[in-house]
Amino acid sequence: MRLELSRLNRRFGGFHALDDVSLSIAPGEFLALLGPSGSGKTTLLRILAGLDYPDSGSVSRDGADFLSIPARERRIGLVFQHYALFRHLTVIENIAFGLRVRKWRLRPSRVEIRARVDRLLRRVQLEGLGSRYPSQLSGGQRQRVALARALAVEPDLLLLDEPFGALDALVRVTLRRWLRELHEELALTTVFVTHDQEEALELADRVAVMNNGRIEQVGSPEVIYQQPATPFVCEFIGKVNRFTVRRSGAGFGAGGWLPDGDPWQGRFDAAAAYVRPEQLKLGVPLALPAWEARLRHIYLAGSVAHLDLYVASIDQTLEADIASEDLSRLGLQAGMELRVAPRSAVLFPQDGAGATVNQERWIWHARSPVPA
Amino acid sequence: MRRRVLPGFGLSLGYALVYLGLIVLLPLAALAWKASGIGVEGLIRLLSAPRTLAALRLSLGGALLAALINAAIGLLVGWVLVRYRFPGRRLLDALVDLPFALPTAVAGIALTTLYAPHGWLGAWLEPLGIKVAYTPLGVLVAMVFVGFPFVVRTLQPVLASLERDVEEAAESLGARRWQTFFRVILPVLAPTLLTGFALALARAVGEYGSVIFIAGNIPMHSEIAPLLIVQKLEQFDYAGAAALGAVMLLLSFALLVIVALLQRWSGRWAERTT
Repeated sequence: MRLELSRLNRRFGGFHALDDVSLSIAPGEFLALLGPSGSGKTTLLRILAGLDYPDSGSVSRDGADFLSIPARERRIGLVFQHYALFRHLTVIENIAFGLRVRKWRLRPSRVEIRARVDRLLRRVQLEGLGSRYPSQLSGGQRQRVALARALAVEPDLLLLDEPFGALDALVRVTLRRWLRELHEELALTTVFVTHDQEEALELADRVAVMNNGRIEQVGSPEVIYQQPATPFVCEFIGKVNRFTVRRSGAGFGAGGWLPDGDPWQGRFDAAAAYVRPEQLKLGVPLALPAWEARLRHIYLAGSVAHLDLYVASIDQTLEADIASEDLSRLGLQAGMELRVAPRSAVLFPQDGAGATVNQERWIWHARSPVPA
Repeated sequence: MRRRVLPGFGLSLGYALVYLGLIVLLPLAALAWKASGIGVEGLIRLLSAPRTLAALRLSLGGALLAALINAAIGLLVGWVLVRYRFPGRRLLDALVDLPFALPTAVAGIALTTLYAPHGWLGAWLEPLGIKVAYTPLGVLVAMVFVGFPFVVRTLQPVLASLERDVEEAAESLGARRWQTFFRVILPVLAPTLLTGFALALARAVGEYGSVIFIAGNIPMHSEIAPLLIVQKLEQFDYAGAAALGAVMLLLSFALLVIVALLQRWSGRWAERTT
């Protein structure tokens, strides 16, 4: 089934939770709604679930109006951040709930319900825990019960609201790999809300980045990461260095670095440049334009080393990430001087008042990349 | 013995036991001792008197019914106070405690005035053939009044801690509103609701002050057991009063044990935690 969300608006008092949001969700797709708290992502999910309604706009499922269908008839599986299990029911009774509340004519027989619950228990790897109460389970187990309960009614659409938000880091990673595998098996259209960009990039086929009630960009994780559409997406997804470049002659420059070309043909005099830490090249030859930087600190974080580089000519500290094993190969030590330059950057022009103009994005790549 | 983080277990337990002994057990023991003065024969005579039986039936039956009514109405009022925001909510919330604060005699006289044949409410009910004052119905009204705060006050914190997303989960799983109430909300509230029920019941069984004014105290009709006790005291029949008191105590105790067992059964999911 295909969902079309068109021009949704939702206000809570003076707060604009959704501001003219349009989005289409393809059958079988795994879509992440990613954004900081208050960006409207949960409101959007609740509208899909039938727990909230937009002030204006429409949602259609395969061309038919979806908003007029009450929540309990939408055939939706819903999973909450805090599990929302029925604490007075055992795991089996929790999973069977959606089947047992059905009208007599549509309700499967006892034997059938039991068989389906057993199948689901196996699928979520909780065999043998069926007669426990939720309070006797760990967080990861509870969330799997919640998922089994949602899947028991054979939904057309699975909605997950920060499903891993309350779990500790290790369980979170295990559970999301497992969820991805489950999705590949079931091919169930899935929308999940998260504020964790790593989770969104790793799990989803497509990511919608939200901010202030608007969708800033929709795209595959690669596109979101490598070709961010707005400064917000640059800053929200991953770590990024931001600095200002100004017109110098025919092109632009910041300190000793000069990106070649000017796609705007002189229309702008300044731009905000974003460079990811892994896109900073260290030890640039003297023949190429680069910054003279002082290596202030090396933070060794397992396989990756984070370097603090102070660039005097733009008076800013930049962060560079390199593989730990390259530290000794390059002979890097705190206090030494280095020539550094971006390998690639995303630039947004700024108008006279210093505001960025999102539509005129420039994705710049170095012409002759020199190996690090 | 394991070391405890907080010291003073021995001292505080000892204090608690002495206190309970002085305040609760000693008077009860005195009651039992005094009651034993009546002898087996006297007890049988007391319990086989139709007037005693009628009074006990009214006291216990009325209290049970009043506690049931309070459980239902208290749940509703608690729900409204916790779930909705409306002007005057705080005032309404404060009003709930009024039956606690009012001297029971004042409450009794106020209720009697309201429900008497020419009272504000009585004047309307009389033509409909409903007599409240000076009937068992009046006893019930007074018992409901004094027991009302218990259910509301015990339920409120639990109602406030109910998670909204559990109800939303039930709805998205296809449950209709009444199914969500009976299958999801009520089972979680049941242990607390029973606590409130037991408190309201206990209060109503022993209530004297507010009931005697509205009851009219017609023997065999609207006379409650505590009034019989008072009458015996006035006739210097101390043993008989104590015996009747002891019987009431035993019956109330049995009722409370049943409620406690029900409560345990309804809360079995909460006990087992790993």
